[in-house]
This record gives sequence, structure tokens and C-alpha cells, in this order.
Amino acid sequence: MKKRYLYLLLLPGVLFLTIFMIVPIFLTIGTTFFNESGFTIQGYLDFFKDRYFIEILLTTLRVSLFTTIICILLGFPAAYYISKLGKRTKAIMLLFTIFPLLTSPVVRSFSWMVIIGKNGVINKLLLSMGLIDKPLDILYTPTAIIIGLVHLFLPLIIVTLVGVMENIETDLLKAAESLGASRLAVFSKVIIPLSVPGLVIGSILVFVGSFTAYTTPALLGGKQRVISTFLYQNAITLNEWQVASIVATIMIAVTVLIISIMNGLAKKLNPKG
Amino acid sequence: MQEKNRGLALFTFLVFLFLLGPLLIISVTSFEGGNILKFPPEEFSLRWYENIFNVEMFLISFKTSILVSLAGNLLALLLGVPAAYALSRFDFKGKTIINAFFVSPILVPGIVLGFAFLRYIVGTYQLPIYAALFVGHTVIMLPFIIRVISSSLSNFDFSIEEAAESLGASKVGTFFTVVLPNIKSGILAAVMIAFLESFNNVDISVYMTGPGVSTFPIQMLTYVENYFDPTISAISVLLMIITAFFMFIVERLMGLSYFTKR
Repeated sequence: MKKRYLYLLLLPGVLFLTIFMIVPIFLTIGTTFFNESGFTIQGYLDFFKDRYFIEILLTTLRVSLFTTIICILLGFPAAYYISKLGKRTKAIMLLFTIFPLLTSPVVRSFSWMVIIGKNGVINKLLLSMGLIDKPLDILYTPTAIIIGLVHLFLPLIIVTLVGVMENIETDLLKAAESLGASRLAVFSKVIIPLSVPGLVIGSILVFVGSFTAYTTPALLGGKQRVISTFLYQNAITLNEWQVASIVATIMIAVTVLIISIMNGLAKKLNPKG
Repeated sequence: MQEKNRGLALFTFLVFLFLLGPLLIISVTSFEGGNILKFPPEEFSLRWYENIFNVEMFLISFKTSILVSLAGNLLALLLGVPAAYALSRFDFKGKTIINAFFVSPILVPGIVLGFAFLRYIVGTYQLPIYAALFVGHTVIMLPFIIRVISSSLSNFDFSIEEAAESLGASKVGTFFTVVLPNIKSGILAAVMIAFLESFNNVDISVYMTGPGVSTFPIQMLTYVENYFDPTISAISVLLMIITAFFMFIVERLMGLSYFTKR
């Protein structure tokens, strides 16, 4: 009786996702391994011989790596500071962090076009101060994509880290200090290790998010392709569905790979074992 | 010691300047009186706000976005509430797998999901663009609906439900009169979070455009490609006001823990 209810409740959602998500995704992956004469990985072999694609893949990985590192460097101290604040101030700071997170990525990327463009805020400021004599080309470069992605994902790593750091008991820190540990020692021996789970989850979110982000590179990257804009270009502009499916499969594979590597790393680094 | 805290405070301030400064700058540029988008603006006017209403595609795509997000939300609720209830109420074999299954649309890269939708939902299944948008947005909203409502249900004491049943209430009746009223705010928060997720979505909607059909964010992208004027700044301000409004309501309904817990 109970069991029947259970299946009845789960069935509609499971069916819907299976038909409209699982099947399309698996077919997309599946078709890349077959041609007229049966099973093949020729598509992938051709792909990894293609200099142009390798370059796009490496650029995307590099951009994602830089974004992740910068997000940690900026986000970790900020999250630590926020986690130590009083209840009210902390709530306000969290609202300021969550607000950009909920704001449309189109709006957020567009704001950087206004700032780093040829006639943008930064160039005007530097020109008027006499620091440069012709505008810097920041927009439509990998640097622009990194700036936009850091702006996109920094709030995510901050809220994730604040969530973890809040759970580090104040008593533990007091105990460490009363036993003679310096502030720096407390930070490196207690806070950082206990924040590792949050750091790992945050890094996965930022790295995978950067690797697959579309809006930011589409607006700030110009002709500079990353893997997501390359996928879109093949699917829509060039109508190369076979190529697009291969790129899509590679993106899924890289995503899964990164998540499992980071999870493995997390298990090793977790102080609780 | 005090010194060090001050350094950290300054650092945090700069981080937030980086996060919020750009949003402030485009807000200011939306009041430009001249023809070119620049900062600071030369004279004050509201003409770019007026201009939003002169671009017909903005009005059409706004309507499309609202309809798709609302209809998708409704379907995601119909599919998601029973599932969230089952996952919170019962222990059964394979529960973790089912849970992961329902969250999986978040894990697949959006731009990949969109392509798969285009190829199979529009291509093979032959659904018209509007229907494909509706189905695609339902898929991406479902994980948010299930996650938020599950967390709301985890605070619900199911013994109340058992009490009602033992007093002779039917299972379905108990759900609507006892369970549902208790998770009302969770459902509303879920609806709002899912709505923002869908309304702001680019990765999926970017594949689903047709003659005169596109969602609002895609229309914004198209506009930026062709004109670099303060219209988008003005739209940004309006969108930010809506976002802030939604955020405060979600905060009232369930606090901020949803955002910090992962």
C-alpha cells in the first residue's frame, strides 16, 4: 500500500526528466560513437588532432583555473571576515553577496563592457591620469573573460565558505588561542583545514561553472572562443551537429572528471578522515 | 591584532566594491541624457527607460519569458511537490539515487543541455519552439523546486500527519489540509528561486529562438550585439529592482541558510 503511493508520487517527475532530459543527453553522447559502419571513435581522434580545438580547450581550462584561483584568494579572506561579524551585519553582508548571485548574468557581463571597453571607465580614468597614452585592449580578451567570471562566481564561493566557517566552533578557536597558538597559527592550523570541504565544493562550483559558462565569454570574449561558445557556434551558426555533439560530450566528460578528482582530493585532505 | 582586523576589513570592502561597483555604475549610466553610453553621464534624463517600451521585441520577449517561467514553474510544482514529499516522508531503497536524479539537471552544463534540447526536443520530438521552451525551463526549475521544498519538509513533523490520519482523515485530504499549509512559505520561496533561475536563463533559451520568438535575456544579448546604448542599463536597473524584491521575500520566508548551505 505504502509502496504503491511512493511510486505514484515519484513516477511523474522521473518520467518527465527521463523523456526530456536523460534521453536527449544520452542520445547526444551516443551518436558521437557511431557512423554508417558502426561503432567508432574517429570523431574524437580527429578532434584531438585539430590544433584550433586544442587551443580553445586549453584556453578554456586556463581561464577556468585562473578564475578559480582568484576567486579563492579574494573569497577566502572576505568569507572569513564575514563569518566573524555579528548576526545583523553578517546578514546584511550576505544579502550584498547573494544579490549579485541572483542578478541576471547578462546584466553583470554587460556592466563590465561599460567598465573595461575601449571608451570605458578604466581607460578614461587611466588616460586622464596620464598613466597610458592609448586605451588598453582589455575587452574581448581572455583577461576580460576572467574578470567577468570572477565577478560571476566570487559570491558563490563566499556564501559557500561562510556557510562552512560559521560551523567552526568559536570555542575551538578560543581553546587554540588559550593554549598559546598565535592568530596566524590558528588561521593556518584550524581555520584553513576545517574550511577544506567548503573550499573544495566552492572550487568545483567555480571551476565547472567557468568551464561551461556561456553568457560571459559570449559578451566579453569577442572573437576569443571558449568551449561553450564554440559548441553554440557549431550548433547554430555552422549547423555542424555532429561536431557540436562531440564538443558537448567532451564538456560533460571534463565536468565529471573534475568533480571526481576534486572529491578524491577532498577525501584525502579532510582532517576528519 | 586590531591592526590586522582593519586590514581584513579593508580587503573585504574592496572585494565588495568589485562585486557591487559595476552594478552601481550601469545604474548611473541608465540616466544618460545623450546618445552614447558613458560614465559619468553628461545630463540627466529618463529617455532610455522610455526607449525600452519603443522596442517591440522587448515587450514581446518579456511576455514570452514571463509566460514560460510561470507555466514551467506550475508544471515543476506539479511534478516536484509529490516527489519532494515522497523523498522526505519515506525511507526506501535507492532513495539517494532518486535524489541525485532529480538534482541532475543542475549538474549537466546548461549550454550542453540546451543543445540536447534543440537536437531532440525541437528536432526529433518535433515540439514547437514555445513548447520546447516550456519543457526545457521546467527541467531546469525542477531541481530547485525539489531542493527547497524538501528542506522545508525536513522541518515538518510528520507525526502531525499520522495523528490526522489516525483520526480518520484520508491520505490525500491530510496532505492538503495538514502538510501543505505547513510548508506554504517553503513552496513560495521555491517558486521565487525557480522563477529567477528560469527568467534569467540564457544557456537553454539561446538555442530556442525563432522568427519573433525569443526570451527576454536573449533579446538583451541580441540588442547589445547591435546597439551599445543605455537602454540595456535601464533594463538592468529594472531587473535589479525585481531581483532585490524577490531576494527580500525569500529571506523573509526562509532566511539566508538556503544560500549558504551546500
